[in-house]
Amino acid sequence: MASLFPATLLGAACFAALAVSPAPAADVPTFEMTLKDHVFTPSEIEVPANQRFQIELTNADATPDEFDSHDLRVEKVVGGGQTGIIRIQPLVPGRYMFMGEYHAATARGVVTAK
Amino acid sequence: MLASFVIVFREVIEAGLVVGVVLAATRGLAHRGAYVAGGVFAGFLGACLVAAFAGAIADLFQGSGQEALNATVLLIAVVMLVWHNAWMASHGRELARSLRTVGEEVRAGHRSLMALAIVCAVAVLREGSEVVLFLYGVAAAGQTTAGGIMVGGLLGIAGGAVISALLYLGLIAIPLRHLFGVLSALITLLAAGLAAQAMRFLAQGGWLNEWVTPLWDTSSVLSEESLLGRVAHILVGYASQPSASELAAYLAVIAVMLVVRRFAGQEGGHRGRMRASA
Repeated sequence: MASLFPATLLGAACFAALAVSPAPAADVPTFEMTLKDHVFTPSEIEVPANQRFQIELTNADATPDEFDSHDLRVEKVVGGGQTGIIRIQPLVPGRYMFMGEYHAATARGVVTAK
Repeated sequence: MLASFVIVFREVIEAGLVVGVVLAATRGLAHRGAYVAGGVFAGFLGACLVAAFAGAIADLFQGSGQEALNATVLLIAVVMLVWHNAWMASHGRELARSLRTVGEEVRAGHRSLMALAIVCAVAVLREGSEVVLFLYGVAAAGQTTAGGIMVGGLLGIAGGAVISALLYLGLIAIPLRHLFGVLSALITLLAAGLAAQAMRFLAQGGWLNEWVTPLWDTSSVLSEESLLGRVAHILVGYASQPSASELAAYLAVIAVMLVVRRFAGQEGGHRGRMRASA
């Protein structure tokens, strides 16, 4: 059990460090998006290139889904009936696919950076 | 059914490969089965808790609670792996010589086993919570295809377990005199990859705002979406689009591992000589 204590301590310290240095406020462009019946609305958004932005995703379905994008290099679970903020780093111009991993057949979309 | 197989399979191999490496690394240690099983079980319980409180966790830290949790557990795993490698460097030779566990080695072995049990727990917790949320969603939605999706999920778990078992069998087929070298290299790269992943979550959570854009893109050569790419991602930290912070964390962990192993190796060698001359 000896290493359980330092591990817990480390975790607590790490968590605390993140708590006292909270993420910067939403001074970046925010794009609202809704997931309903496992479909994103809007499913295509256009964002400024080379600039940080965020997607505020409201999951209007009853079940959770994971906003997952290899292209955008993010993955985030948003619970049913909840809203999640997905922070995205500056993008070079191009098209970036994303999906709701749990319902990938219907939950798909594209971010276009211009 | 196929979609659910793919999702569950993907998450299970991520955790399963880590468990496979840990099982290979603890071969010959007394009670390792109990530690690893305990770690996996604790991870499973943790995954259910994380899934149950997913909403509350997500709301922490201005909506970045999930990222904070991911980064934290990844960094814990990195530290535990560094610790284990240091232990292996100082005791590996004695272990390789005679798979006996005596006195001090047993105690040190238990500490190292606990560190590795935590690594298993963390891996299962991270990936398991996603599986639990997905399957819960399926069950809660009461779809007519729920049965098929559950079967797909169970097959995914079985498939992930088979891949992990193959890795384990492959590793233990390595002759014992090479095994320690291979495992410490593998654990070093595993830890480096986890540290790089932690950087990505810190960036996603908004804590890290510099060195976050991809340096290059090798997804046309080896996509992280492919099975091989995914396995490489877990085992050696392969990333097709790493950022400078991810690369820096990756290299830093390798450097720390080398320094720690050298230090621990010398200490172990010294103790070994003392004992031999006594």
